[in-house]
Amino acid sequence: MSAIAGHFSYGITVFLMVAGLYILMARANLLKKLIGLALMQTSVYLLYIAPGKLIGGTAPIIAEGFERYSNPLPHVLILTAIVVGVATLALGLALVVRIREAYGSIEEDEILERED
Amino acid sequence: MKSDIILRVIAKLLMPFTLIFALYVQFHGDFGPGGGFQAGVIAAAAVVFYSIIFGLEAGRRLVPGWVVEKVLATGVLVYAVTGLAGIALGGNYLDYFVLDADPVTGQHRGIFWVEVGVALTVSGVMIKLFYMFAGRSREPEDA
Amino acid sequence: MVDHLPALQVVLPLIAAPLIILVRHRGFAWLTTTAVSYACLVIAILLATRAGGGGAISYAIGSWQPPLGIEYRVDALSSFVLVLVSLTASFVAPYAHRSLGAEVARDRHYILYAMYCLCLAGLLGITITGDAFNIFVFLEISSLAMYVLIALGQSRKALVAAYQYMLMGTVGATFYVIGVGLLYLMTGTLNLADMAIRLQSVGDVRPVFAALAFITVGIGLKLALFPLHQWLPNAYAYAPSMVTAFVAATGTKVSVYVLLRFYFNVFDPAVVFEELPTRETFVVLSVAAMIVASLVALYEHDIKRLFAWSSVAQIGYVTLGIGLDNEAGLTGSISHLLNHGVTKGAIFVLLGGIVLRMGTARVTVDSIVGLGRRMPLTAFGLVIAGLSLIGVPGTAGFISKWYLITGALDRGMWWVVAAVVVSSIIAFAYVWRVVEAAYWRPPPAAAEPYGEAPAGMLVAALGMVALCVYFGFETSFSIGGAREAAHLLLGSAP
Repeated sequence: MSAIAGHFSYGITVFLMVAGLYILMARANLLKKLIGLALMQTSVYLLYIAPGKLIGGTAPIIAEGFERYSNPLPHVLILTAIVVGVATLALGLALVVRIREAYGSIEEDEILERED
Repeated sequence: MKSDIILRVIAKLLMPFTLIFALYVQFHGDFGPGGGFQAGVIAAAAVVFYSIIFGLEAGRRLVPGWVVEKVLATGVLVYAVTGLAGIALGGNYLDYFVLDADPVTGQHRGIFWVEVGVALTVSGVMIKLFYMFAGRSREPEDA
Repeated sequence: MVDHLPALQVVLPLIAAPLIILVRHRGFAWLTTTAVSYACLVIAILLATRAGGGGAISYAIGSWQPPLGIEYRVDALSSFVLVLVSLTASFVAPYAHRSLGAEVARDRHYILYAMYCLCLAGLLGITITGDAFNIFVFLEISSLAMYVLIALGQSRKALVAAYQYMLMGTVGATFYVIGVGLLYLMTGTLNLADMAIRLQSVGDVRPVFAALAFITVGIGLKLALFPLHQWLPNAYAYAPSMVTAFVAATGTKVSVYVLLRFYFNVFDPAVVFEELPTRETFVVLSVAAMIVASLVALYEHDIKRLFAWSSVAQIGYVTLGIGLDNEAGLTGSISHLLNHGVTKGAIFVLLGGIVLRMGTARVTVDSIVGLGRRMPLTAFGLVIAGLSLIGVPGTAGFISKWYLITGALDRGMWWVVAAVVVSSIIAFAYVWRVVEAAYWRPPPAAAEPYGEAPAGMLVAALGMVALCVYFGFETSFSIGGAREAAHLLLGSAP
């Protein structure tokens, strides 16, 4: 039981990752694929941040009377990763808008049909 | 939406507070949650809010498209030049220790300028994204 | 200033990009890009000469010493790839001015040049950094720039190709970052050299194996390892010609560098290759890539797609060397990064000239009939580069294939040698299709006449073709540098 409770965050991470990948692969709508991509990237954020909080650890600002500090490095890494994710999402959405203007549809099968 | 008086008044009241809050978040990144990215997004949110209520043309009059592009590029240059200043003063790239006689003050200074660069770029990018997506249905060319 | 070369290598193109956006002028953008590419080449050569002979340069960003801070590390392998990337950029940038005029709308040129500089900065950054998460950051910088570059292609299919590449590439980068995250959780450090030391004393190895798997699949998506290559043919075919020339010669090669770095310098190669079936997996996938991709190329009509599929096959040669895991195999693999980069770069630059003169982005085998008479220099260049692709003695392609075959024979894998020979024969077949259409089929009478490509483009194109032949004879850099890098990876004495 403690094995499940102790690894709760990893379970959520795996669930989000697989859900995101499934949406990416199984849905033909270009926007839904992007949502799946964003979901998968969110699972990565959780993978980094959740283990960064140490049990009994306080905020990482040196203060009197505290021995244990939570790790601030994962937060910095994930801030970078979030920005990358935002840029990727923005680029993907811009491409979808352009594809809609060029093809008239954002369903992948309809686009493939209209190929020359 | 600008015909609705409640929205108009609230928008005009909230915008300066939002911008002040963005500056607060920007400068308190050293001591609490905050920093350049968050501040940039909040500042951009103020401009986007204004554009949503008063219309895209009013937003573009307030912050023209070319200003946004220049601000965007300038932010990256501020960041890079801060790094080069480290080289010019004798340290490595992005060395903050040499930016002042006291290394700790040097660190504060370096982080300050780097975060200014980040805030400029992020706010520029967010506003530019909004202009590009919102302006799509009316004209084929982007700003 | 000389001490700061590692930082300047990345910072120069990084500064050029916002400058180009500030000054929206087309000509300024082109001149800046060309100047920055040449500067990067000079810096790369300087770094290579200083790092040669076993010495490695370590540069601490922000003066925070490793492993606390991010360090830039130049050794035999990274300097080799640095020279490859900047060499390609230096050849493609000056030729871009005329080529883009025909393919991309004029008011978008400055965006393309800015993205080009960002992509260059990203690729150089991946190669030079010694920090695992920094690799992810630069990987995404270069990848996002590549998606934009590809989307600027003429036809609307470029948009779909860029979108597909974006999806697969981002999944690849996400898998890579998951792997790095697992490694960080197990070792507590992100510095590659420090990670290698700490991995030896890790208790539970299952997360480490999981990290290895995630990193392999993630980087495999980026380097178009068969069967993760689906994005490559469309992306290369529909991008502007100069973009294809740049990306084809550098994008996948840098991902191979990351894989080599992780397999040999971070994870324990004994564990990676002895305990896990890495060798067999890579050899099988590489042989599949070489044979299947070459066969598909044989039946392609669109010439750019033909050579894009050929790229998938050539990447198979590179990963074959990794799978062989001996000195000859790795030397062949690393030198093929350079040799194939030069060959494919030459081919796509020549195709850019053809696109410019023919006025259409869709160049098929049927439409280039009579090329030998109308554009003799271009056709000649295609023949020589095609010979290098096949691996005829006297060209660059032969040298790396020779080393790969030697490596396969050292392992006693006769069937791999047979596969290399068979794929070379298929390569001969599809190059022959192009050459035959160019020289031996008479042009239709109603065709519009077009002349030779403009001089600026020809100089760059024939320069790269000359490199194909040069590296076929003068191998002191291509093989010497590769062998040094292979020794560095295998940990054996030079």
